[in-house]
Amino acid sequence: MNQTISLLVVDDEESVRTSLHNWFREDGYEVGTAKDAYEALQLIERAHWDILLLDIKMPGMDGLELQRRVRQVNKDVIIIIMTAYASVDTAVQSLKEGSYDYVVKPFNPDELSHLIRNAAEHIVLKNENVQLRQDVSQISGMEEIVGDSPQMRRVMELVQTVAASDSTVVIRGESGTGKELIARAIHCHSPRRYFPIVPVNCGALAETLLESELFGHEKGAFTGAQSRRKGKFEMADRGTLFLDEIGNISQKMQMELLRVLESKQFTRVGGNQTIHVDIRLICATNKNLEKAVEEGSFREDLYYRINVFTIILPPLRERKSDIPLLAQHFVSKYAKIMNKEIKEISSEAMDILIRHNWPGNIRELENAVERAMVVGKPPYLKPQDLPFQLAKEALEEAPDQDSLAEVEKRHIRNVLNRNHWNISRSAMKLGIDRVTLYNKIKKYQLRK
Amino acid sequence: MSCVYIVPLLELRPQTRQRLCVAIEQQTFWSAELLDVPFDGQFAYDQVREQYHSSQILLGLKNLIKPGTDKILAIVPFDLFIPILTFVYGEAHLDGPAAVVSIYRLRPEFFGLPPAPELVVERLIKESIHELGHTFGLRHCRNRGCVLNASTYVEEIDLKTHEFCAACREEIVRHAGK
Ligand SMILES: [Zn+2]
Ligand SMILES: [Zn+2]
Repeated sequence: MNQTISLLVVDDEESVRTSLHNWFREDGYEVGTAKDAYEALQLIERAHWDILLLDIKMPGMDGLELQRRVRQVNKDVIIIIMTAYASVDTAVQSLKEGSYDYVVKPFNPDELSHLIRNAAEHIVLKNENVQLRQDVSQISGMEEIVGDSPQMRRVMELVQTVAASDSTVVIRGESGTGKELIARAIHCHSPRRYFPIVPVNCGALAETLLESELFGHEKGAFTGAQSRRKGKFEMADRGTLFLDEIGNISQKMQMELLRVLESKQFTRVGGNQTIHVDIRLICATNKNLEKAVEEGSFREDLYYRINVFTIILPPLRERKSDIPLLAQHFVSKYAKIMNKEIKEISSEAMDILIRHNWPGNIRELENAVERAMVVGKPPYLKPQDLPFQLAKEALEEAPDQDSLAEVEKRHIRNVLNRNHWNISRSAMKLGIDRVTLYNKIKKYQLRK
Repeated sequence: MSCVYIVPLLELRPQTRQRLCVAIEQQTFWSAELLDVPFDGQFAYDQVREQYHSSQILLGLKNLIKPGTDKILAIVPFDLFIPILTFVYGEAHLDGPAAVVSIYRLRPEFFGLPPAPELVVERLIKESIHELGHTFGLRHCRNRGCVLNASTYVEEIDLKTHEFCAACREEIVRHAGK
């Protein structure tokens, strides 16, 4: 452990404070003690603590109440409750309220030291992965982001399945379909989640640069290489390497990549030291790899090496039922970022979004919503807020001989989609009662 | 020259005393010798726990030597505890004068296994040097072979050597030389 873990012992019994203080200090922790909850709160305010060891029974404010107070301001600190046999029930209550664990006095030294070591490891990993944690929290709301259509549900099931294994995955789909998001989802659900996922866009780099990007280089390996640099392979050690646009790499790089994947070792550019890595590889491409193999531009052996498991992301136009959900998600996202009071999309504007073909997929949709949010005014986005091209397209395509029924059907569908098929809410918005709405849904054969 | 005084509260074979002293001298660069004092540690007995309070033993030991110059190590046959823990193999004043080691849980018999006197001597030497390391201000070491590696299971004691690793040895030289 190369970082010192700080630990605060809160107990009204002096002998407990001293012996734990000595014991943990020997183990290399930074230890503080407090004789009651009030002193503890002062210390907690003044300094950062990684672990709090709280006695459950103390005069004045007890450990459980102290835990509650601390939790209100600090969600991250690890709290361990110390208890006597008589109050194990209360200790269990503390677990429900977010303590890491509890220990029964007197402690078995084996158990206590294992408990603290585990907690310390937890903290070290957490600190190393603040970035990753942010990614995870981004991902945890991901079902919302990628959509809820049957196609995307199927994709998310695949993500869960493949995450548990360690096999190489190829994610295929048009650009803008969210391939990196899926790669991150796999990583975040995998046992490697406490280590980094390192993305590399292979398509964006020239061959020589890509080589040093992936494998690193020694000082002076080439002009401009002024110091030694770790490559992405090394950075992804024990984690996941995400190679985007794998279909674009040169023959030479294909060969080198294959060699690393087979031997799990490589040397830095300009170096001779062999470096071993343990990585999981996820690749993504919008190219037809089979065709590339046939044409001889992609190595067949590499193709078989990486193509263990494939996830295909359908283009947005093939899952239009996701559009309202995604669009609404981006409205909320940019309302927050831009601090605007726009909460919704008018049904006319949504109609235009649903009709559009989205060759740029989710990325294009997000850009369109972002732009609309810049020009739009509360309370909702209107057709004229959308990028000019979209609105124009819609006008051209709009069949002007729409029957009244056609218009009604479309309007009802939009309202339903915008309200996530909440019947009561949709009926209210439409100004009709629920039974009428049910009848219309049946009449127009509308489906979720 | 500063000295580590050893107070055995049990019968140690002359051979064992000899090995213990040599090991301590080699590892700490201090001289080591046995101290003949009337000290039985009975005052530290806790009737409720039926164990001996190791922190109290340390306080008793501290009074037996010149403060500031020497160190003292007791080797006891009985089970030790500190109030918050069910037992301890030993205890030491971090950067202080006194240390205590118990052989109670170092014997295979404690776990229902056949006796192994040689193994017990090895464990005793390791734990003695470990606790003395603490009196020189050293904390636990992550190096598995180092005598200052924390042992929570008795089998873990067998995995380490009775020697300080290079890094800890450097520390010892710095502290012991003072
Ligand atoms: Zn120790
Ligand atoms: Zn060491």
